[in-house]
Amino acid sequence: MNFDFTAEAPKLMMLLYGVVAFAAVVGLLLLVLDVLPSRKDRWVALGLLAPAGLLLLVGLVVPAIRTLILAFMNADSSEFVGLDNFVWMFTDKNSGMLPDFGADPVSYGVLLSTFLWVLLVPTVSTAVGLVYAVLVDRARFESFAKSLIFMPMAISFVGAGIIWKFVYDYRQEGTEQIGLLNQLVVALGGTPQQWLLDGPWNTLFLIAVMVWIQAGFAMVVLSAAIKAIPADIVEAARIDGVTPWQMFWRVTIPSIRPALVVVLVTISIGTLKIFDIVRTMTGGQFGTSVIANEMYTYSFRADEKGKGAALAVLLFALVVPIVIYQVRVVRRRRLEAR
Amino acid sequence: MSTGTETVVAAPDAEVPVTAAGRVRRKLTSRTASVVSLVIALLWTVPTFGVLISSIRPEDEIKSNGWWNFFANPQFTLENYEQVLFGARSASGGLAGYFINSLVITIPSVLFPLAFCSLAAYALAWTRFRGRDWVYVGIFALQIVPLQMALIPLLSFFNEGVSLGGVQLLPAWDLDGPDKFITVWFAHTCFALPLGVFLLHNFMAELPGDLVEAAKVDGAGHAKIFRKIVLPLIVPALASFGIFQFLWVWNDLLVALIFAPGPKNAPLTVRLAELAGNRGNEWQRLTAAAFVSIIVPLTVFLSLQRYFVRGLLAGSVKG
Amino acid sequence: MASNRQRRLLALSGAVVLALTVAACGGDSGNKSEGKLDTPECSAFADYTDIAGETVTIYSPIRDAEAGLLEQAWAKFADCTGVKIEYEGSGEFEAQLKVRVEGGDAPDLAFIPQPGLLEFFAKGGKLKAAGEKTKAMATQNYSPDWLKYGTVNGTLYGAPLGANVKSFVWYSPSLFKEKGWTVPTSWDEMIKLSDTMVAAGIKPWCAGIGSQDATGWPATDWIEDVLLREQGPDVYDAWVSHSLPFNDPKIISATDRVGSILKNEKYVNGGIGGVKSIATTTFQEGGLPVVQKKCGMHRQASFYANQWPKGTKVAEDGDAFAFYLPAIDPAKGKPVLGGGEFVGAFTDTPATQAVQTYLASADFANSRAKLNNWISANKGLDVANVSNPIDKVAVGILQDTGAVFRFDGSDLMPAAVGANSFWKGMTDWINGKDTKATLDFIEGTWPK
Repeated sequence: MNFDFTAEAPKLMMLLYGVVAFAAVVGLLLLVLDVLPSRKDRWVALGLLAPAGLLLLVGLVVPAIRTLILAFMNADSSEFVGLDNFVWMFTDKNSGMLPDFGADPVSYGVLLSTFLWVLLVPTVSTAVGLVYAVLVDRARFESFAKSLIFMPMAISFVGAGIIWKFVYDYRQEGTEQIGLLNQLVVALGGTPQQWLLDGPWNTLFLIAVMVWIQAGFAMVVLSAAIKAIPADIVEAARIDGVTPWQMFWRVTIPSIRPALVVVLVTISIGTLKIFDIVRTMTGGQFGTSVIANEMYTYSFRADEKGKGAALAVLLFALVVPIVIYQVRVVRRRRLEAR
Repeated sequence: MSTGTETVVAAPDAEVPVTAAGRVRRKLTSRTASVVSLVIALLWTVPTFGVLISSIRPEDEIKSNGWWNFFANPQFTLENYEQVLFGARSASGGLAGYFINSLVITIPSVLFPLAFCSLAAYALAWTRFRGRDWVYVGIFALQIVPLQMALIPLLSFFNEGVSLGGVQLLPAWDLDGPDKFITVWFAHTCFALPLGVFLLHNFMAELPGDLVEAAKVDGAGHAKIFRKIVLPLIVPALASFGIFQFLWVWNDLLVALIFAPGPKNAPLTVRLAELAGNRGNEWQRLTAAAFVSIIVPLTVFLSLQRYFVRGLLAGSVKG
Repeated sequence: MASNRQRRLLALSGAVVLALTVAACGGDSGNKSEGKLDTPECSAFADYTDIAGETVTIYSPIRDAEAGLLEQAWAKFADCTGVKIEYEGSGEFEAQLKVRVEGGDAPDLAFIPQPGLLEFFAKGGKLKAAGEKTKAMATQNYSPDWLKYGTVNGTLYGAPLGANVKSFVWYSPSLFKEKGWTVPTSWDEMIKLSDTMVAAGIKPWCAGIGSQDATGWPATDWIEDVLLREQGPDVYDAWVSHSLPFNDPKIISATDRVGSILKNEKYVNGGIGGVKSIATTTFQEGGLPVVQKKCGMHRQASFYANQWPKGTKVAEDGDAFAFYLPAIDPAKGKPVLGGGEFVGAFTDTPATQAVQTYLASADFANSRAKLNNWISANKGLDVANVSNPIDKVAVGILQDTGAVFRFDGSDLMPAAVGANSFWKGMTDWINGKDTKATLDFIEGTWPK
C-alpha cells in the first residue's frame, strides 16, 4: 500500500480542527450557561436549542418547505399546476400507485407494497430483536451472540445487496444453483424459483432483507432496556411465584414499553424512507417499488421534479399518524409529571 | 447510586437470576430457549458467512457454483482482497487514503450530533418554556424529510450562499481540499438531529424528576445539572446513539457522493461502490470489500458494547 | 469551583491557540506546475498554451480500471501543458450530475452518455456552448451524424468521445464450426438458423435485462435495432422525437417481431431458464451461456467483449465473437445502432476549453485506443491502434460511409420515458404484459 503521509496530514489536521471545534462549541455553551441564572429557563433553553435549531433549519426545514412548494409545480418547476401531481398520483393508471388486479401481470401498486413494508418491517424486526434479546440475556456468550445479530447493521446496503444476491440467485432447473435458498429447495426435491419475480411474494423477500438489517437495532435498544428493569420488581414478581411466561408479559413488556415504542417508531419511519434495498435488488421492477423509490426515480432520473416532490409530500402525510401519537405521548407524560 | 449498578452488573455469576429476562430465559426449558436463539443466530449469520466464504474463492468459482461447495472442494485465493486493498486503478493508489477519509468524515460526524442532540434533548426535557412540546414534536416530525430531497438545497447553501430576492444574505462557503470535510460534517449532523433528539429525549424524560429538582433546590444551574447528573446517567443512551450514528455515517454513500467527491475526500464506501467495475461485472470484489469495510464498525461495536449493555439504572434510582 | 472554571478556560484557549498555530504552519505549499511545451516531445500540444497550473475537473460515468486508462491517455497532454485534470467517475453519474449542477457544484467538464441529458442541461442554460477551437476540432474529426447529437438548437455543446456499436450478435465460433452452422447475413437466415438450433436441441437465444435500477434497457436496444431495420431511419427519428406516437402500429409491429424471439419459449432463454428469466438475469450474465454452448446467439453491444470469463478467446476463430445484426429489408440500407459519450462544459475558462478541444482530437482518440478496450467515431482514429478484434470490426462499421448510424433512442428521449417508463414497460412486457398494453403505457407517460 503506497501510503503518502504528507498527502494525508492535512486531512488529519482537519480532523483535529473538527474535534477542537467540537470541544470549543460545547465548552463555550456550558460556560455561558454556568454564568446565566438558572431561573431563566427560557434563555437556557434557547441557548441549548440554538445549534440544533439552526442546523435543522438549514438542513431540513428549508428543504421540506422547498419540497412542499415543488409538489405543486410542474416537471421543471417553471409554473404552478395546483393539485395536478396529486391527481396524477391517484387517478392516472400509469402512475402505478394503485393496484390494478385486472392487469396481466397483476399490478399490486406502490401504495400497497409500501403498506406491506411499514406493517411488516417494524413488527417483525422488533419481535425478533426482543425475543433474541430476552433469550441471550445473561447467557454465557451474550456479547458474541449479540454481535452476530448486530453484524448486518454494520454492513452497507451495497454489501447487503451482494449478500442477498447469494441467497436469492436463480439458475435453471437441472443446473447447479448458486443461491442458497434455491439450493435448499432443490435439496428438498422442489424446482428452483425466481424469488424476486412474482408478486406479491417478491416484496416479502425484499422485506426479509430489511428485517435482517433492522433486527440488530431493535435488539440493541431493547436489550439495554431489559437490563434497566429494576431488580426489586423482578424480585417481587419472583416471590409472587409468577411463571416465566407471565413474567415476560406482566413485567418485562410493561417495563420496556417506552423503549419498544421508540424502536417501533424509529423503524417505521426508516422503513417509509427505504429505497436502497429496492433499488439495488429489483430496481423497483416486478411490482416491488415503494413510495421512496418512486420519489427518487421521478426526482432524479425522470426529470419530473413535481411528481417526485409530490411523492415526498405523500411520505410526509403518511407519518402524520405517528406524529399525532407522539403528541399524545408527550401530553400523557406531562400529566404524569404533575 | 453507582454502587447499586455495580452490584447488579456483578450478578451474572450469582445463582439467582435478577433480571426479568434472565428469569424468563432460565425458567423456560433451557433447551427451547437455546434452539430458538440458535435458529435466529443462524438465520442472521449464514448469509454473511456465505459471502465471507465467497470472498476467498476464485472469481470463476464464485460465479459458477454455490459457496457451500467450498467445503467439498476448497479453492482458496486472496486475489479478491488483493484487488480491493491495492486497487485496480493505478492512479488512485491503495485503500489507505480512502480509509483515512472515512475516519476524518465519521468521527466529527458522530461527535457533533451527540453534543447538539443531548443539549437539545436536555432543554426539551428539563427546562420549562412555552411551546416546548411543540418544538419537540416538530423536531421529531422532521425525521420523515427524505435525505434525497435535502441534498440540493443544502448543496446550494454551501456553493451559492443564501440570497433572497437578489440580496445576498449569506455568502458562499467556497471550500476546497480538506476544508470540504466541513460540508460533510455539516450535512451528516443536520440529518442526524431529528432521530438523535428523539432517542435522547425519550431517555432523558424517563430520568427521575426528583433528582433534578433536588439539585435545583441546592442551587445548581442547568449547566451543572446537565454535566453532573444527567450526563453520567445517559452514557448508555449516548453510546447506543453514537454507535448507530457511526454506522450510518460509515456506511453512507449518498451524502458522500454529493459532499465529499473525488479521491481526496471520498470515503471507503465511494471507493467500494466503484470496485464493481464499470459494467458491474467485477462484483466478486465486493465480497472482499464488504469485509474490509465491516471491520471498523464491528470493532467499534464490540468495544462500546459494555457501555450500553450495562444495566444503567437497574435497582438504583427508579421504582 | 471558580478555579475549576478558569482551568477549563485555560485549557480551551490553549487548544485553540495550538490549532491556529498548526493551521498557519500547515498552510498550502503551492507547487504551481509549469508546462513544458517548448520541449520537443511536447510539440504535438504546442497550440494549448497558457493553461499551466490551471485545474479542470471532469465528472463521468466511467470508473475503475477504464477510468485509469483514460487518465493514462491524457497524462502526456496534462504533463506538457501543465494543466491539472481532476477526474472523478461514478456509477450514480446521471442522478448525481443533476444534483450537483442544481446545487451550484457543477464540474468543469462532464462525459454525458445521453444526448437527452445534454439537451436538458443546454436548454436549462447550464451548459456552455463549445468554443471556436473545440468546434473546429470536432467538425474536423466527427461526422455530422454524430455531431448532431451534441448539438442543441443549432449550437454545438459537446464533441463526442468514446463510442460503442450495439448492432452485434454474439455467438460461439467453435460451436458454429462443430455444428456446421454459418453466420447469417439476412434476417430470414438468422431465423432459419434459430430453428435449426432448436432442432439440434440448443436454445438459439439468451438475454438478460437486469441492471439494478436501470433494469430493462437491454430490451429497449432490441426494439430500437429492429425498428431501425424494419421501418428505416426516418420512422425511427419520428418515433424518437415523438412525432410518431409510441403505440403506433409500426412500433407494435417491431415490438412483436422482437417478441417473436424474446418471448418465444422455444427460442429462449438458453442456459438460463424460460422467457421470464430474462427479466431477472443481469445483462452481464445474459450472454454467458454462449461460451458454455448452451445458447446459440446473444444480441449485445461491442462492450460485451469485457464480460466474457477470463481466458475466453474473443476472435473469429475463438470461443466468442459477434456478427452484425443483419438487415430485415435491404432497401432500408445498413442500419447501425450505437451509443457514446459527449464532452459537455459547464464553465468556459480557457483551460476547460483547451481540455475539451484536446478530447475531441485524433491524438487523444489514438492515445486512448492504444490502451485497449475503447473505440470512438473519431475519423482520425487509426484502426491499427485498436487491438481487440471485435473493436476493429466496430470501428470498421463506424467508419463505413455506407452505414446509416442512429444513436440509442432511449438516450435521446425525455428522461421520463427513456430512463424510466420505456425500461419499466419492457420489463413488464417480458414478464407477460401484451405489446399493445405496454406501448399504451409508455405513450401515456410521455411528458406533455
